[in-house]
Amino acid sequence: MQKRLGKQTVVFEAPPRIAAGGTIVGDVEGEGPLGSYFDLVLQDDTWGEESWEKAERKMFEHAVRRALARCAMQPPQIDLLLGGDLLNQIITANFAARELSIPFLGLYGACSTMAESLLLGSMLIDGGYAERVACAATSHFCTAERQYRFPLEMGGQTTPTAQRTVTGAGASLLVAPGYAGNAQFEHIFATGGTIGRVVDLGITDASNMGAAMAPAAADTLAAHLREKECSVTDYDVIVTGDLGRFGSEMFAELCRDKGIDLANRHQDCGNMIFSPAQKVDCGGSGCGCSAVTLNAYLLKRMEQGDFTRMLFMATGALMSPTAGMQGDSIPGIAHAVVLERR
Amino acid sequence: MEKKRQKTPQEQRYQQQVKEKMPRSKTLPQCLRAFVVGGLICCIGQAVRAFGENTLALDPDGVAALTAIVMVFLGATLTGLGVYDKIGAWAGAGSVVPITGFANSIVSPAMEFKREGLILGTAAKMFTIAGPVLVYGIGASVVVGLITCLLAG
Amino acid sequence: MEWMDFFWAFVIGGAICVVGQLLISLTRLTPARILVLFVTVGVVLTALGLYEPLVELAGAGATVPLTGFGYALGKGAMEGAMEKGILGAFTGGITATAGGVAAAILFGYLNAVIFTPKTKK
Repeated sequence: MQKRLGKQTVVFEAPPRIAAGGTIVGDVEGEGPLGSYFDLVLQDDTWGEESWEKAERKMFEHAVRRALARCAMQPPQIDLLLGGDLLNQIITANFAARELSIPFLGLYGACSTMAESLLLGSMLIDGGYAERVACAATSHFCTAERQYRFPLEMGGQTTPTAQRTVTGAGASLLVAPGYAGNAQFEHIFATGGTIGRVVDLGITDASNMGAAMAPAAADTLAAHLREKECSVTDYDVIVTGDLGRFGSEMFAELCRDKGIDLANRHQDCGNMIFSPAQKVDCGGSGCGCSAVTLNAYLLKRMEQGDFTRMLFMATGALMSPTAGMQGDSIPGIAHAVVLERR
Repeated sequence: MEKKRQKTPQEQRYQQQVKEKMPRSKTLPQCLRAFVVGGLICCIGQAVRAFGENTLALDPDGVAALTAIVMVFLGATLTGLGVYDKIGAWAGAGSVVPITGFANSIVSPAMEFKREGLILGTAAKMFTIAGPVLVYGIGASVVVGLITCLLAG
Repeated sequence: MEWMDFFWAFVIGGAICVVGQLLISLTRLTPARILVLFVTVGVVLTALGLYEPLVELAGAGATVPLTGFGYALGKGAMEGAMEKGILGAFTGGITATAGGVAAAILFGYLNAVIFTPKTKK
């Protein structure tokens, strides 16, 4: 069987299964439309820790442990941990991996990390290099604000294109197809995916990340459809990570330019996680946005049979305050994973 | 220096599209709110001035210093209490431009970076925004002073 | 006429803030740049003799916005230069604004030590 189609797309010979997910979110996310789906909603986003950074790494660790617990597994039974977050030197993932002491490969794909980890984990399992892989991503509103924007107590207005970083951690447990132990999900398989290219159409506005990422999402989708020789209608739903309301609009526009009709199949995690009544401008963003929406909500819907084929395409704005101050634009990336119900 | 890269036609077209379709903030209501809040903050300042002039009988320099100190105190305390950012979210420039906003720009990073220590956290970060204000303000004042010397000399 | 003082303080102070708001809304300048711009413009307008009349009319309406901080710096430096020459050009601005700056440092530090920032809803 040919495992590689074209330059970017892969298909798995023995598709790995997503056996379980674990999620934990902050209170604002808990008040959103998906509130009841999350495993744990924190009322205090420092979670009893001295700093938000410490709280965020505890969330990462906790989300992984939740997913494992659903399969009655302990960290030593896991072959590999793949994950990342938004902070410099991905400290959240590094320090959580120290606690979990699972062999660890740290990833940075900004908000695309959940798809990146699922894609890599599936490839490693299909390649025979691992049997059980935990994939995780986190973000935290307060740690992201102070790293990328302004101090919380600084008075000022957000622009209408701004998005709110989701406080949340999501983890998925991937297992080799022969696995027969306890599991939360029995039917969800990762059958392939497309590795994104870094695409940059010169957006420099750090409070318009949806527009910065939309070209990458459209590029990855086009590559996927072209290389896999399939069409949008082969999927029940195409889920992007955190384009937000305006980014989704631009994504649809760019797809139209490429001759792709999204046929009302496009959904965006950034639009799902908050309701417009919550004052979040254009929606949610951050690694945690797609991670918690996938693991808490989308996978459950899929397991129930609400959809059988989903293209999960998390999008990342690879921005850096340093590059931004030097006048660079914001590169975007999007990775796609094909999830099928079997 | 490296020359700026030419934009490709695709980039130009996309940036144009984004510019056209981008949701915009409503400038008129924002300006009205900035006017009202900025005006009110200045009226508080005026009350302090009147108190300094009439009740404390201070000289003009004293009145100016008293006003600055009291307004900075108010801005700093409201920031500490977590109120100033809410005013700012409503009033925009109405609470950024007055000197209370200058105090807010000092206290907010100072609070936020307390966890990185009181020296390299609080004390160093205090001036992330206020620092440039002092650099340009004081720098310009010295230049103006020197020009005055030249013209007077 | 004290009530007229308040009226002008409100109108001029509010108007200066509207200029800032227009800059933020239309040019997307960040608040940090606005503050730097306003203080520098204040110094320059004072040097040109254009800000003094505004202070006489509006009192706190002109001194409380950050352009007023620039006014105090510029006026201090010019007065210093006239009285003490070059040395005064260096010391005048900071001397005139020492109260506000010292207050900002002290109250800033105290507030930071006492309070902890909160998450935004």
